[in-house]
Amino acid sequence: MHAARPSDLEEWDVIIRPDGPWWRLDLKELWHYRDLLVLLVKRDITAQYKQTLLGPLWHVVQPLTTTFTFALIFGKAAGLAPPGIPSVLFYMSGIVAWNFFAGVVTRTSKTFTGNTQLMSKVYFPRLVVPMSMTASTLVGYGIQLATLIVFMLIYVLRGMPWQPGPELAALPLLVLIMALLGLGTGILVSAMTTKYRDLGFLVGFGVQLLMYASPVIFPLSRLQNYPVLLRVFELNPMTPVIEATRVVFFGGALPWAGLAYATGAALVISLLGLVFFHRVERSFADIV
Amino acid sequence: MEARPVIEVEDLRKRYRLGVVGGATLSDDLSRFWARLRGLPDPLVPIGTEVDDQRVGEEFWALRGINFHVRQGETVGIIGRNGAGKSTLLKLLSRVTTPTGGVIRVKGRMASLLEVGTGFNPELTGRENIYLNGAILGMRRAEIDHKLEEIIAFSGIRHHIDTPTKRYSSGMKVRLGFAVAAHLEPEILVVDEVLAVGDAEFQKKCLGKMKDVAGSGRTILFVSHNMTAVQSLCQRAIWLHAGQVRMDGPADEVVRAYLGAHATDRADVSWEGQADAPGDEVVQLLYAAVHPAEGGHIIDRRTPFFVEVGFRTKEIPDGDLNIGIHVYNEQDVLAFASSWREADRTEGAIAAGDHVLRCEVPAPLLNEGMYRVTINVFRTARMRFQVEEALGFEVHPGEREGAWFGRKKGVFRPLLKWQLDPRDA
Repeated sequence: MHAARPSDLEEWDVIIRPDGPWWRLDLKELWHYRDLLVLLVKRDITAQYKQTLLGPLWHVVQPLTTTFTFALIFGKAAGLAPPGIPSVLFYMSGIVAWNFFAGVVTRTSKTFTGNTQLMSKVYFPRLVVPMSMTASTLVGYGIQLATLIVFMLIYVLRGMPWQPGPELAALPLLVLIMALLGLGTGILVSAMTTKYRDLGFLVGFGVQLLMYASPVIFPLSRLQNYPVLLRVFELNPMTPVIEATRVVFFGGALPWAGLAYATGAALVISLLGLVFFHRVERSFADIV
Repeated sequence: MEARPVIEVEDLRKRYRLGVVGGATLSDDLSRFWARLRGLPDPLVPIGTEVDDQRVGEEFWALRGINFHVRQGETVGIIGRNGAGKSTLLKLLSRVTTPTGGVIRVKGRMASLLEVGTGFNPELTGRENIYLNGAILGMRRAEIDHKLEEIIAFSGIRHHIDTPTKRYSSGMKVRLGFAVAAHLEPEILVVDEVLAVGDAEFQKKCLGKMKDVAGSGRTILFVSHNMTAVQSLCQRAIWLHAGQVRMDGPADEVVRAYLGAHATDRADVSWEGQADAPGDEVVQLLYAAVHPAEGGHIIDRRTPFFVEVGFRTKEIPDGDLNIGIHVYNEQDVLAFASSWREADRTEGAIAAGDHVLRCEVPAPLLNEGMYRVTINVFRTARMRFQVEEALGFEVHPGEREGAWFGRKKGVFRPLLKWQLDPRDA
């Protein structure tokens, strides 16, 4: 009769119950929705530039302006740039890396508040949204990186000594750490903004402030005489990543200990982010 | 042998917290958390909060223990008044939100047409949005490629398929949205009120598509206010009432019971001789009734009818008395409100005794459907008393126009004058 009872676990595809696990990362499901991820990235990119004159050129204009401003004010006027590297390249490398991290954080932090309409109607793994935002920010990062390389080539042609070292191979690792750091922070904030809207305002401001606690404006070596400040800078997981970015392009020793710390921080923040994100994704439709 | 169940709903409960989460601030939450740690009651719940059977403190139980099974290939209608829990059930089934208690088990891919067209990006073209929408609903790219032609053909907007959807009319968006969802070929299709949008032609197409889906052995859950469509599409219906299953059985029976309970048989009501007759110290209602102006019992779209109120009154020397009606349709939309003194401003004493006040509602005016009438009595510019849902009546469709068995949209269905002239006449 009931040889195979339908309530046998494997008989059901989806079981919806109130008490889910406190932590969940369903990679199989995410994989099934990979086409959605790709489409969201495309949507992001095309929708962003439709009806703009410069289109993707904006990716270049913004860091260039910032670079020249920084080079002028902090490099020339304040004399904060280190000797040995052209200050334009010094600032551009820092800004490009920082832009990627900051972009991922600010954009993914709007995961819930920016997609209310969609998310209160249809189910899909919510994590697809911040992941797609990270990926589309990565495209912008790619363009900015290419700009940096073009500028480097210009300097090399004009006689700057440069030889690509094996450190170049560390670049993908740096990108991965930044992406994880940004994504983790972003989803953590996005989970909290569904309840406390004030956080939404804090994000942009906070990320900007955090930049001043990173070696974007001057190298960490400048802080040798200020041990307390140095500690603060070293607490920022983006600090070793930016230092390492410069090592990748301009040579030196990779700060392995710092990178290990950054990786650890990225993992912890991402895990924390996942936990909160998952909690909110279950109750989100009831709050808004 | 019976087909296996593809949906099992067991003791499903859903609680919403009213007002608690919405206005929260960090400090509120901290104090609540602190109180909970010490085992104290929530400091923020107002003292003496009203407790009735659905509201407990600040909670609202939208679903209070629902049980049913749906077998493969069944087409099940879910009916109930607004607030009965239908949309909560749908949200739970489509995993937009999670239950407070109980469990839902689902076998096979389930797709819901909760508000078709959700997720269209206005900047992208129709074609791009087909892909995006399909992917949101869980389709793979190859699948969409394969069905793209069919989807475009079904939507009937081939001309505009490469235009950004922000230039679409809402009707076009719905067409496109339904086309995508209908071609998803899910094992279980959840349909919510799609028939409320689009023109008759398109509705027919949608229903046809749903019948195809049902015919191919797949399962449909159909949530609707449209009883005609439920009866013609579904074998079985589940009637939700106040968060519980009131009745579950053959669609015809359930729909009949549902309509019966909702005011068809209250075309007249009498309070004569009753101690609790509605009234105040001056005016008392004796009866109220709805009946066709030319006799008989059936009101269809072409029948003018009277709403009649009989009342007994003491003398009102200045004639300051007004009686009005509110007429609601089955979706709880106020179809119209009208009152005696709007039309008749004559002043003059109203003699003591029994009177009949009659309001004639012309035809064709109201669309077919169920209506409820609330009676309001005013004196000295204030509402003195009110009889909510005093009467209920049905406007029958009358003769059908064409083959369309469903209901035309809109609260009203007047026959208006149309005229065609040459332009430079």
